[in-house]
Amino acid sequence: MALVAFKTKEKKINEQAPVERQTVYSTKKCNLWYGNHHALKNINLDMKEREVTAIIGPSGCGKSTYIKTLNRMVDLVPNVKTSGAIEYRGRNIFSKDFHVEELRTRVGMVFQKPNPFPKSIFENIAFGLRIHGIKNKKLIHETVEKSLRQAAIWDEVKDRLHDSAYGLSGGQQQRLCIARSLALEPDVLLMDEPTSALDPVSTLKVEELIQDLKEKYSIIIVTHNMQQASRISDKTAFFLNGEVVEYDDTYTIFNNPRDHRTEDYITGRFG
Amino acid sequence: MENVQKNIHTDEMINKIPVRLLKNKIYKGLFLLAALFTFILLVVLLARIFSQGASHLSWDFLQNFASRRPEQAGIKAAVIGTLWMMAVVVPVSLLLGVGTAVYLEEYAGKNRMTRFIQMNISNLAGVPSVVFGLLGLTLFVRVLFLGNSILAAGLTMSLLILPVIIVASQEAIRAVPKELREAAYGLGATKWQMILRVVLPSAIAGILTGSILAFSRAIGETAPLVVIGIPAFVAFLPKSVFDSFTALPMQIYNWTSRPQEEFHFLAAAGIIVLLVILILMNSVAVWIRNRYENKY
Repeated sequence: MALVAFKTKEKKINEQAPVERQTVYSTKKCNLWYGNHHALKNINLDMKEREVTAIIGPSGCGKSTYIKTLNRMVDLVPNVKTSGAIEYRGRNIFSKDFHVEELRTRVGMVFQKPNPFPKSIFENIAFGLRIHGIKNKKLIHETVEKSLRQAAIWDEVKDRLHDSAYGLSGGQQQRLCIARSLALEPDVLLMDEPTSALDPVSTLKVEELIQDLKEKYSIIIVTHNMQQASRISDKTAFFLNGEVVEYDDTYTIFNNPRDHRTEDYITGRFG
Repeated sequence: MENVQKNIHTDEMINKIPVRLLKNKIYKGLFLLAALFTFILLVVLLARIFSQGASHLSWDFLQNFASRRPEQAGIKAAVIGTLWMMAVVVPVSLLLGVGTAVYLEEYAGKNRMTRFIQMNISNLAGVPSVVFGLLGLTLFVRVLFLGNSILAAGLTMSLLILPVIIVASQEAIRAVPKELREAAYGLGATKWQMILRVVLPSAIAGILTGSILAFSRAIGETAPLVVIGIPAFVAFLPKSVFDSFTALPMQIYNWTSRPQEEFHFLAAAGIIVLLVILILMNSVAVWIRNRYENKY
């Protein structure tokens, strides 16, 4: 009896407490060089779970570099050097005992151009499970359906799961790629200009999808589109020449920016 | 009324169109001629071979061993020997060739050493086949004591065609889009998983296209076989890769170098058999390639 009473009490406390959002990514004094080019300069950013963080800025400001650093995709570029730390849930992603494979399993990524594999729709989603050694057919089938439903593309593809993914339209391919990431049930979803290659209707669908997904996932999105950032994100970071000029609530950034450069950019005076 | 200053005269440009169209036609004709020339040469070659050899093709010809008497001479040992040799060449050259290509494209750092190795591989493709024969003679026949066996000949032929397979495979691997690699890495794939599941399936069509050409060369090469001492007169079938054997090009070479005209006709018949084996083998490779190409 006592145990039950204690549990109820604890639950009540949890309900009353304000939603405490933990930090998923904490970037501390991070610098990055491509050879001699100093692409990221002393970046300090904290990102919370189950929020949409938008990264905006003109071309070449380092926003793509930054998001690719978050899952160490930037390692694929030759002659990259980094300093400082990026902590994912308290663990430095640059540390030797944090395998990139683990990081990229926990942190999914959606790329600028839809990049489905030259395989069937089904096999595209199953790919992530297969590389992680999952062979249970029932589990794979269930996960494929669940992921496609989450990405709001199930109804469009359920009758042709075994057709080539290349037969889908660009917007469908991008949602397929989102579903492919979701199949691994990641903690964070990184999106590098996910709608820049899509038409307005597909863009709207992906934006709605992001709104649904943020209930469960933390989303970090790079975008060129200022309206998009203001529509979908909770926090916005403005990058310029490899530095973070301003990072705040999206509402503040768009309505009451502290830095005049942020204001100039969002009002379209440059960039 | 003052005319707007025009730097470009549209009428002049339009007047020139017929000349451009004429050039267009001329080039089409030139390419057609080039293709026709090749085709006619091939037809002449085939016609000559068939007119000489077709009448000597018979079941006995395929079933008989070599003989001093042309009417009894057959090609059985050479056909079986060639098949044995290719059974060594295909797996050895594919494993070594594709493995090297994967290493150079995916693992090796892009430094001077890699470029040096790369240049040498390309140059090896131009080295005369006799030189490869000498290498095979020294390395496989003498040092490794393989003698004039199927294994020694197969390994020598593999070395000969390796540069072609490596270069073709590298091209095919390089053509796999970066986006697909990123997609696999983004899901937490290791490098090897990425290579096995993304790069190789996408590259296999290109790898096989290059390999088909290389195998065709291996099946028809004579010089390395002469150098490593493959006999032309064999009256038994090999039982393992360590046995002595003869191959089709050796047999054909032997027959053409004899004074009796009757043997020349046998050589023509042998060439037909060689061509048929070549076509059969390449059809299999093309079939595999198309399976991978058309799937998605």
